[in-house]
Amino acid sequence: MTDDDRVFKALSDPTRRFLLDRLFARDGSTLGALEAEVQMTRFGVMKHLRVLEDAGLVVTRRSGREKLHFLNPVPIRLIHDRWINKYAERHVSALVELKHELEETA
Amino acid sequence: MTTSIERSVGTQVYQVYIKATPQAIWDAITTPEWSERYGYHARSVYDLRPGGAYKGYSNEGMLAMGAPEVAVDGEVVEVDPPRKLVQTWRMAMDPDLSAEGFSRLTYEIAQGEGGVSKLTVIHEVEGMPGLAAMLSGGMEHTGAGGGWNWVLSDLKSLLETGASMPYQGG
Repeated sequence: MTDDDRVFKALSDPTRRFLLDRLFARDGSTLGALEAEVQMTRFGVMKHLRVLEDAGLVVTRRSGREKLHFLNPVPIRLIHDRWINKYAERHVSALVELKHELEETA
Repeated sequence: MTTSIERSVGTQVYQVYIKATPQAIWDAITTPEWSERYGYHARSVYDLRPGGAYKGYSNEGMLAMGAPEVAVDGEVVEVDPPRKLVQTWRMAMDPDLSAEGFSRLTYEIAQGEGGVSKLTVIHEVEGMPGLAAMLSGGMEHTGAGGGWNWVLSDLKSLLETGASMPYQGG
């Protein structure tokens, strides 16, 4: 699997997307704090976090005795720069330019 | 909706794998020649010793918009080339962000397998909501750049392909 494959796979699950949104709003959470927010066993949450870590979307750091989970959005940015820029933004900006041109000549 | 919740204000961690040596990544971060080739395309000047000064200069676009000569300032805390750099970091070009004070920024570079290195950026912005929003890209639509995501994506692109993205904003 390539890095992109791992990111797309990680994002393909609603629980994992929920965990990312949760870290976005409250970054640096312990496993216990994350577990309290999903209806799932500790083992289930750990499995999902593992997939997110493998994709590079979650990075863990030790703080004293605690292991904290942080959202790492860089892989999503890389996909944005690789895919969204290429397929979406140019078309959008072309349409915006067309709109301005038509409105100016009208 | 979870999508509308604001980014938390605390420590932010960013990690990226780059096909480059730790020394190349170190140089890209700490030398003026490299630092103006990606991200904000602005010169970073370090006095690489504990207590040494750090100055992030405004680029031409920023100067044209009336920014001060030094956009970001700080002090070097710990230097272990090419593995670890700890510094303080304050956004000096904006009065509100400047008033939030000095944050703590750590770069960690680890050699991986197959010529790939891992760069981790840890930016501690507890109690600094403006800085937290800017660094996480929340002000990109205002032309303020896309924060660490954007800078690190561009750094990876520069070191791996020799090309970086144009930056028009100030």
